[in-house]
Amino acid sequence: MNLLGRLDWNAVPLHQPIIMGATAFMVLVVLVVLGFVTAKGAWLYLWREWLTSVDHKRIGAMYCILALVMLLRGFSDAIMIRAQQALAAGGAEGYLPPEHFNQIFSAHGTIMILFMAMPFVVGLMNFAVPLQLGVRDVAFPTLNSVSFWLTASGALLVNISLAVGEFSKAGWWGYPPLSELQYSPGVGVDYYLWALQISGVGTLLAGINFVTTILKMRAPGMSYMRMPVFCWTALAANLLIVAAFPVLTATLAMLALDRYLGFHFFTLEGQGNQMLYSNLFWVWGHPEVYILILPAFGVFSEVMATFSGKPLFGYRSMVAATMAICILSFLVWLHHFFTMGASANVNGFFGVMSMIIALPTGAKVFNWLFTMYGGRVRFSVPVLWSIGFMVTFVIGGMTGVLMAVPPADFQLHNSVFLVAHFHNVAIGGVVFGVMAGYNYWFPKAFGFKLDERWGKAAFWCWFVGFYVAFMPLYVLGLMGMTRRMQHYDNLSWQPWLIAAAFGTAIILVGVVCQVVQLVVSIRNREKLRDVTGDPWNGRTLEWATASPPPAWNFAFQPKVAGLDAFWNSKSRAQATRDEPTPTRKYEPVEMPKNSATGFVTAFFAVVIGFALIWHIWWLAGAGVLGAFMTVLAFSFRRHSEIEVPAEEIARFVRTHQAGVAA
Amino acid sequence: MNVAVAIDQIPQDAMPSASEAGPAPKRIVVAYGFWIFLLSDIIMFAALFASYAVLVRSTAGGPTGAQLFNQVTVAIETACLLVSSYTCGLMSLAVNSGRHLRTYLGALITFVLGAAFLALEIREFASMIAIGATPERSAFLSAFFTLVGCHGLHVTLGLIWLAVMMVQLAVMGFTSAVQRRLACFSLFWHALDIVWVGLFTVVYLMGVSR
Repeated sequence: MNLLGRLDWNAVPLHQPIIMGATAFMVLVVLVVLGFVTAKGAWLYLWREWLTSVDHKRIGAMYCILALVMLLRGFSDAIMIRAQQALAAGGAEGYLPPEHFNQIFSAHGTIMILFMAMPFVVGLMNFAVPLQLGVRDVAFPTLNSVSFWLTASGALLVNISLAVGEFSKAGWWGYPPLSELQYSPGVGVDYYLWALQISGVGTLLAGINFVTTILKMRAPGMSYMRMPVFCWTALAANLLIVAAFPVLTATLAMLALDRYLGFHFFTLEGQGNQMLYSNLFWVWGHPEVYILILPAFGVFSEVMATFSGKPLFGYRSMVAATMAICILSFLVWLHHFFTMGASANVNGFFGVMSMIIALPTGAKVFNWLFTMYGGRVRFSVPVLWSIGFMVTFVIGGMTGVLMAVPPADFQLHNSVFLVAHFHNVAIGGVVFGVMAGYNYWFPKAFGFKLDERWGKAAFWCWFVGFYVAFMPLYVLGLMGMTRRMQHYDNLSWQPWLIAAAFGTAIILVGVVCQVVQLVVSIRNREKLRDVTGDPWNGRTLEWATASPPPAWNFAFQPKVAGLDAFWNSKSRAQATRDEPTPTRKYEPVEMPKNSATGFVTAFFAVVIGFALIWHIWWLAGAGVLGAFMTVLAFSFRRHSEIEVPAEEIARFVRTHQAGVAA
Repeated sequence: MNVAVAIDQIPQDAMPSASEAGPAPKRIVVAYGFWIFLLSDIIMFAALFASYAVLVRSTAGGPTGAQLFNQVTVAIETACLLVSSYTCGLMSLAVNSGRHLRTYLGALITFVLGAAFLALEIREFASMIAIGATPERSAFLSAFFTLVGCHGLHVTLGLIWLAVMMVQLAVMGFTSAVQRRLACFSLFWHALDIVWVGLFTVVYLMGVSR
């Protein structure tokens, strides 16, 4: 019996220069970051203020940082895919061997959806929802930290797969029988399984946390119909998480049982059923796309209302549309495989449901347009992303409705037309949305605005680059090109693929602009400083407190009497400007204590995942024991809260007010 | 400013509803969050139930449920679990009135009944494996072992949780945290009962009626 299971030196792909180069680069970046922290002597600060923080704002920021890092990783994969397809026409083989190319598109999809888009939207919700609700934290602060670190564990496992072993070659959804042991004997699918399983548990816990927070922890007076729209979309997204992620957990567990213990859920032998996997996967997968897009819709709603200086048009219809999408998203999963061979009636039902979901979405688009209509729109960076979204998403939506027609889908299934469609809605919707939210809430999170000029440059490069990169794929899809081709014989495709690669290069310039924007903004932070806490003339409660907000968010529990609570209180304050403000007595606040539980549990989760991938059974057992003991230690701690004295809160408020006055 | 006026016209003198009451107390928040978790857990079981229903006839020439299931064992298992739910309820009453001895007694009986259920289930699994009806035999048996085994795993975790809670009670007493956790445990235990009722019906009763 081997103590290290399947793991040996052959696992490190030393003979593959591209992989080793990427690995070396990754290791270098990690070493530079570690060196920087050491040089600054910031380890203790990092541990106390960030790694063990249970503050929803810090955790939200860490989610977004993780997402931005993984965006770079996933985007590198995208560049490699586009470069390979631009080259490998006719007899040319390109520069990526098939087994490497297959890993890259699998990693690209997995990373972009689960380790870029998911952390980004969960991060924005984490940061903004408790502030918008006017409360001090989420329902379960320590659990929130556990959620984040489990997501980070999954991301870490995906990145380890680059250096040790391989990643899945079976696509981001890992359809059997290809993902079964018989056809994927390596560790790639196992990396995929355990990375998703661990981060999936984290996401599920986050969903439970946020549903509870939104339904049970709102400021006094904030009835459901007074919640900001972003909170509504967050509620819908988290309800979907709670209802959909357990299905993913069960499905991946079944595939794992097939691979590890010889079960026959989806195998060709033993009367397994491969389409059962497809159905289960998309019962999770389709709600998943709405988990991503609904919070983005929420961001656009906040941005449009704020920067138009008007209340959101059709608040009630926006809420109704959000909840309608929430429910309808569970009734369309079969449109991912109309070609399965279900009866015409079944396909017809799912086709019609898929088209119906365009109705509430269309209602939303009109609401945003009417919000702008008659308003004084300030064309700031978040607004550019929002308008870019409206144009782009409508096009993507229409190609989606086209594919919801089963006979049309039979032609377009698995073609690059589909690839163009879902990038059209994923980039045009989710990415534009999180970028709008990133620019919108950044000053609240860090106390200074992001640079406008570089932000606008980034937007235009992304916007133009997107069209140049993906419109050719629609054409290619209609020309019959299928997705995931490592090389192809049809030379008439090549000009379009070169154009697409050129578009990717434009997006690359956009990504570089974003990095520059961040660096420039940090350098000019004194000039960009937001002293008022309300840089955009906002409408909701997060703008009522300082930027960055104190750990306790609000010195006094806000009371809410209507929609747009902060806007109303500003209007009232203006009306009663000459009356003296009544002096209020500050009271001490109970805040949850920091905890290393999340970090330590996630460490053991990585150990468990790695050990299971490489069949190191004793290590997996040790990991389970470690995680259990960590949670046990947490449950026995006696003090879970610390008291912030009233004097400290008063001092913070005085400093903030002095800053505003100056 | 017309804008703000328009918003302020939302009637303010309406009856203040429960949804405007502000953040709920911790006891409510914790129990509510745990309910949401239980719902998600039940959805996970729903996925396993659905897979079982799809694969139940995929026996690949191997044994069917009707040939394998022993009604008597299952009846005893069901009785153990249902009675343990009752004793768990008695324990909750004792917790609410702050009585140590009754709490320990209720927990002990619940634990013993849960362990008996588990022992019977393991024996059933072992006897099936002994005659070659292993999960590797067919898709039906894979789905059966996974669905029933997942419930058994939940019972196991419940037993560990109960044991830990008794230690916490001994060390920490009836603190509000311990009371909240015991309330969550009892929700968990009753939910496992509900899942078992579904399991008993779909797997065992419908299994032998075919």
